[in-house]
Formats: sequence, C-alpha cells, structure tokens
Amino acid sequence: MKILIRNGRVVDPASGRDAVGDVAIADGRICESLAGGPERVIDARGLVVAPGLIDLSARLREPGFEYKATLESEMDAAVAGGVTSLACPPDTDPPLDEPGLVDMLRRRAKALSRARVYPVGALTVQLAGERLTEMAELAEAGCVAFSQANAPLSDTQVLWRALQYAATFGFPVWLRAEDYCLARGGVAHDGEVATRLGLPGIPAFAETIALGALLELVRASGARLHVCRLSSAGAVQLMRAAKAEGLPVSCDVGAHYVHLSDMDLGYFDSHCRLTPPLRSQRDREALSAGLADGTIDCMCSDHTPVDEDQKQLPFSEAEPGATGLELLLPLALKWGAQRNLPLAKTLARITSDPARILGVQSGRLTAGAPADVVVFDPLAPVRISAGMLRSQGKNTPFLGYELEGRVRYTLVAGKPVYESE
Amino acid sequence: MQSNPQLNANGELRHLLSIEGLPGEVLLGILDTAASFVGVTEREVKKVPILRGKSVFNLFFEPSTRTRTTFEIAAKRLSADVINLNIAASSQTKGESLLDTVANLSAMQADVFVVRHASSGAPFLIAQHVKPHEHVINAGDGRHAHPTQGLLDLYTIRHYKQDFSRLTVAVVGDVLHSRVARSLIHGLTTLGTPEVRVIGPKTLLPTGVESLGVRVFHDMREGLRGADVVVMLRLQSERMRGALLPSAQEFFKHYGLTAEKLALARPDAIVMHPGPMNRGVEIDSSVADGPNSVILPQVTFGIAVRMAVMSMVAGTS
Amino acid sequence: MTPLPDAESLCAGLVAELRPIVGPNTAMIGLYTGGVWLAERLHAELAIAEPLGTMDIAFYRDDYNKQGLARDPKRTRIPFTVEGRDLLLVDDVLYTGRTVRAAMNELFDYGRPASISLVVLADRNGRELPICAQHCGVKVDVPADMRLRLRRGDDGKLRLELERAE
Repeated sequence: MKILIRNGRVVDPASGRDAVGDVAIADGRICESLAGGPERVIDARGLVVAPGLIDLSARLREPGFEYKATLESEMDAAVAGGVTSLACPPDTDPPLDEPGLVDMLRRRAKALSRARVYPVGALTVQLAGERLTEMAELAEAGCVAFSQANAPLSDTQVLWRALQYAATFGFPVWLRAEDYCLARGGVAHDGEVATRLGLPGIPAFAETIALGALLELVRASGARLHVCRLSSAGAVQLMRAAKAEGLPVSCDVGAHYVHLSDMDLGYFDSHCRLTPPLRSQRDREALSAGLADGTIDCMCSDHTPVDEDQKQLPFSEAEPGATGLELLLPLALKWGAQRNLPLAKTLARITSDPARILGVQSGRLTAGAPADVVVFDPLAPVRISAGMLRSQGKNTPFLGYELEGRVRYTLVAGKPVYESE
Repeated sequence: MQSNPQLNANGELRHLLSIEGLPGEVLLGILDTAASFVGVTEREVKKVPILRGKSVFNLFFEPSTRTRTTFEIAAKRLSADVINLNIAASSQTKGESLLDTVANLSAMQADVFVVRHASSGAPFLIAQHVKPHEHVINAGDGRHAHPTQGLLDLYTIRHYKQDFSRLTVAVVGDVLHSRVARSLIHGLTTLGTPEVRVIGPKTLLPTGVESLGVRVFHDMREGLRGADVVVMLRLQSERMRGALLPSAQEFFKHYGLTAEKLALARPDAIVMHPGPMNRGVEIDSSVADGPNSVILPQVTFGIAVRMAVMSMVAGTS
Repeated sequence: MTPLPDAESLCAGLVAELRPIVGPNTAMIGLYTGGVWLAERLHAELAIAEPLGTMDIAFYRDDYNKQGLARDPKRTRIPFTVEGRDLLLVDDVLYTGRTVRAAMNELFDYGRPASISLVVLADRNGRELPICAQHCGVKVDVPADMRLRLRRGDDGKLRLELERAE
C-alpha cells in the first residue's frame, strides 16, 4: 500500500533530520515520493514521526510460559508501544538452543504480522553453562546473537571457549555481567536500603568483577560483546575505558534503571524486584549520564511479564521482572526530558542505536529503509494501569504513574499494525 | 509509594510491623502502657478482660517456642482466644501461598495475626491484604525487624536507666543477620540515645550500617569502654558454615562477653540478651548469671510489652 | 447558670461523714485521675492506716470496641490485701455508673472484699447502670453536652469545673 504520513515532526536520528514534513511509504519501504499519489494519508499534525522502536530485550514467554503471556498478547503490546523490532532472550522453556525451536518461534511471529522478532540463541545447551550450542546452525535458523539470559556461566573456561567459538564466526555474544557466587542468595542491591530492610544483598562489585573478566576475555578472543542491563556506576566506568581502548563492545541499560533506585523499594514493593537489582541513586545517576554520553549505547525495556501471583509474595520470594514494552517510549522520553536532550538524541537510543547493535536496516527513515515507523504524541498523558496494558504482564513499579508519550500509529514493513482509538 | 501501613489516619497503631517509621511518642506510649500491664502480671489474677471475645492467631512460618509462648501468654492474659498455627506442618508445604493462608484464616473470624516469617517484609504484605478490623503484629520477619523484642529491650533499658538521652549502648555480635539489632537500633535512635555502637567482625556487620545512626567498632574492648548497656546477640551455628566466621572459639575470644571485658563498661552497666543464649559463644556463664545481667527480667517485661501492643492495635478501627 | 458547688467545702463535708465509719479494717482506693486527688485528701484527713490504693480502669472498660485502648493508662497499685476488707472506693463524679462497674470488676480480680462503699464528690444523675453512691457531696444536674470535672490547683486546692464534652 502507498501511504503518506503528512505534516508530522519527522525525527530521524540516523540522518539528523528533525523538521516538519512528510514521510512516504511504498512496497514496505520508505521512499522519496509517491508516484501516482497515496492510497492512504495519515495526518500527523502535532505528532512526531520516528523510526519504529527497536527493543533489544523483550520476553515473549513462548515457548513454555504461556500461562504468563502469549506471543499474541505480547506482540499486541509491542506494537501498541511503538516497538517494531524486538530481540527476545533465549530463556524460554525449552531454551532456544535448537534450530527447530528458533524456526518455530520465527514462523509464529511472522504469521502474526506485527513486530519483527529477532531471536537470541542460547550460548550453552539448556543454558546450563557446560556445553556449547550449535551456534552456526542456530544463526542459520535466524538467531542474531548468543546469550545466557540470566542463567549463570560460572565456569570461566567454558566462557572463554564460548567466546572464542563465537568469535570464529563473528557471532555477537550478549551477556549480563554478574559473578554468580557473589550474587548468590541476594535479592536487592547491597547497600543501606537492603541493610535497613534486612534483605540479602548483591554488591555492585558482583557486576564489575564479572565485567572486568569479560573484557579480558574479549581482548583475548576478539569476540564481539554486548553487555546487557548495566546496573552500576562502576560498570559504566569500565565500559567507558573499554570503548576508549577500542574493544569491540557495546552495552544497554533497562528503561527502569535510569529512573528508579533501591529507595523505590519502599515497604518491600515486589514490583521493584528486578534482575539486576535497582541500585543506589549514585548508580542510577551514572547510568543516566552514561546513556546520554553514549557510553551506554541504548535503552531497552527488558520486558518480563510476571503473573500477579508471583508478585504477591514476600520480596525475596517474588519473581523478578517488570512489564516494559508499552513503557519504553514514555520512559525514554522522560529520561531525555530530564537530561534536557534534543528529541533526536533521545530517540536514537531506542531506534538507530539498537539497530546498529542488532545489525538491521530498520531504525531509520531514509529512503530505501524498511518502513517501520511510529507516530506518537509526545505530550499526551498516559496513565499506567493494569487496564490499559495489552501485555499479560501487569507487573510494573509505575502502576498509577502518569507518563507522557502516547503512540498513535505503528507501521511495520509499511503496514499499519496499530492505531490508537 | 505507599504510606506508613502501621498507623491509621488518626496516627493510631493499627498494626505493629517495625519500629522504624514510628514516632517517638508512639514508642513511649507503648512503653507506658506496658508499665501498666506489668502491674497485672505481678498480681494473683493475671488476667484482664479487655480482649475477651477476640481471636489471636499465632502464624509462625518459622518455628519458635519461646516467642510464640510469650505471645500466647500475653493474649490469654488479655482474655483473648488463642489459636496456634504451626504452618511448616500444614498448608504452606502443600504450596498454598502466604496470602491464601491468611485469607482462609480471615474467614475464621480472626482479629489479630501474630506473624513470624523467614522472609523480610512478609508481615507488610499481609497487612496490605487484611480486612479493616484485622491487625498484624510482626513477631520477626527475616533479618528485617522484631519490633516487640525491640520494645521490650527499650522497656528494660528504661526500667534500669530511665533516661535514654544520657546513654551509651553497645550491640555486640551478628548484626548482619539480626532483626533484633535492627529494631533496637531504630528504637534507640528514635528515642534520642546519643551513642549507639555496634561491635563485631566485618563479616557480621551489614553494608552501610553507619547509616542506621551507629558507630562501628571491630575491637570489643574499645567498643565496651564506658557503655551503660551491653546487648549481646545470638550467634547461629550456620554462620561458621557460610564462611563468615572460622569457629565459635575464635568468636568467643574476640567478641564473647566475659567478666574481664565487661569490666571496661560502666560498673552499673546492664547486660541484655534476646535469648536463647549460647553460653561460651556470645557470653560467659559468669556474666549471664552475674549481677549486671537483666536477661531474666527481659522475659517478664516481654509479656507486658506484648500485652500492651496487642491491646493497642486490637482497639483501633 | 447556677455556680458550681465549692469542692473544698464538699470535701470537708465528706470527711465529717466518713470519720465515724473508718475503722482498722478500712482501706481506700481512688480512681484516676480526679478520684485519686480526692482520695489523697480524704485519706490524709481521715488518717486511714492502710496506704492509699490507686486504680486505673483502662483494662476493664466496656467501650473498648468503640474507643480502643485509652491513651496513657496509669498503673493500678493496691498496696494492701483486698480479701475481707471494708473498702471505700472514691471517685470525683458519678455519672453513668460504668466507671464504677469497671472498678468493681477490677477490684474483684484482686480478692473478695467484705464490703465496698462508693464515695463521690458530685452525683450528676444520668445513671445507665444500677449503681449508687453511699456517700455523696452534692447532687447536681449537668447538661448532656457538658462534662463535670474535678481540678486540683497548684496550691493543692480542689475545685469543680464544667467543660464541653468532645
């Protein structure tokens, strides 16, 4: 279909464009102009037209966790949140360690015709941290990278070999930096809040020790490493130095972590039980600054639907995770506003920057790029409630909050897949 | 962000979940009420009719005979009906969630839930879900709080020393795992105690403990110097297995309370222990049974304090 | 409004009335707070041998379900055996009778007295229970929205006061 999005404020971080204008779409791609006029016109007056959001971590809970959420509900949530491409971690049940499972997931997602799904394959069989997966086979089936999700890989020799093997083929490895032994038993950031609340803590150096080790292994192996969900100021510093050194590394931060700290645990609010834990205000500030100066490449939602039964438990027994696909845009905008950043820079962190890490053509509005577009009202209020969330995960620390940034239209490959009422 | 769940709109105590967050006036009110109940425990008829017709459910998810018994005695002296639930042996192990267990008991007309749980924060979760006429008293949650113990410790200190504003109090031992220590420290700082010290090896002191308003000592002799009150904490044997300490013997040598170390405190210093004591690990028998020890009176005060807390919360609407 | 009676002269009147009946088996208990002040005066002037008892009925009240626990309960002290004793129970104002009912219940948890006589400075009528005072300084009507209280000045002098009830 030939579509013209007219008179919106077109913000394309990749090209630097930020001006009122039109975006033309034909044959599923952005084009300079439409020969023969549009078949549909979308009036974007007063709205922002940007590349569709790219989310590097969203759990769709299929296969295996269908009681928590299904592909349908989560894909609905994704496009309602303006997310047109997402990468899903391998911690499904069974984990994504077999090409058949990856293939099935991709087919299911494709059949739903909503957001594009990029599976991240398991680095080790069953994520058990012992044997390597058939990474080449998995890559052929569609995996864009390899990861352990939140499963530990404590045998450093296995880790070293896994990185070497991935480097052989140039496959990116996405890992969260955490020393399994130091984190063992912990449920909150090891600091004054955990001390007051009597919660076992995970010290920040559990992250920096593991990150230091990972960076050494990158030096030795040449593997491309993407560090997932930074949580501490120390980790930001290490990444800054690693990038300055020229190592092939990148990293992301979860949207919650630039807004919340361990102070938000309040009276043991299990909606704040997250992995990694929310750390101190100093850490939050360093993460926010690191995302602004580009040390942290991008922001993701780390969407993790958890059924309410698993949250209505004492803090240390509750399942970690928060819903996020529908909050990624408003949380990113809030972060950008707080730091007084130009809109293009804010949007870069959820469009062109994650696109670069994923290695995909989307995330830009230049002619020829896939027509993955989001049209949103940057100032429209969004009250976060269980009722307005399409995701089956209603678990969020932001319940009851009013944020800004409401998606009006989402298009994937030139097809409108979401329109707000 | 939730508001303080313990106090109702009139600032009255609806639940007792932790000492932290309670204003000094509320704490003193509890101590004063407890003093009235001490009179009851000293006479022949040790009962008053105030909670007649009310049901107190002891929900102990963590086993404990001592604390449960004192709550039971306290409730019965208030003429309440007491039902003891040893949860470990019942529905919890069948996979029933904490809130479902409470909801089932609520359907049996409970008025007060006395809850002990291994997970910090469990009583707060329960308090968010009980009916308006139901009240929750925290009998100990994980490492977080043991407010009735903290209150009886404060009562004991006030009984022997009267004025908090002139005291030096030393808390010795495994502060990291101690809900008793946290509750007492909050109570002491709220009531204006100028010097609260914690004494222990680094492995047994929680991160950022100074932020609770205490001075940290690793040398017990230094920490005891001039103290008016010495509170010894229990050391559990698991700590040796968790690589926190090498042995009970080495712990006793450096952090156990002996007569020789006690001599560094003030001559009229009182020695307290929440119990049960490990003689020869935290404390020497000569001190535990000696003239400075107020460990047994603590127990009597404990009943009066629990009577006070129960009758205060059960009466708020 | 007619002026309130003079508490000091009422007190003197009660002393005169009670003096003939005080004996070796007599003991006196005052109810907090006004009753204790009155009892302290009566006890001293009657030179009763047994020390004065003081009682707070906080744990025996019948309105716990509505009002909760009274703030700042005082401590009941009965420094003599109740068993077989002739007791003078002293309060400042007798109104509904519920305070006295609670006091008697509490007293019986200490033992079985031989007799209890109620001594009050003022009886303001309005009884809700079958209770009466054996020795009463004055009967006075008070509007239902007002409260009659005994106050003790810094000089130790007693006086009756009216204040608006909450």
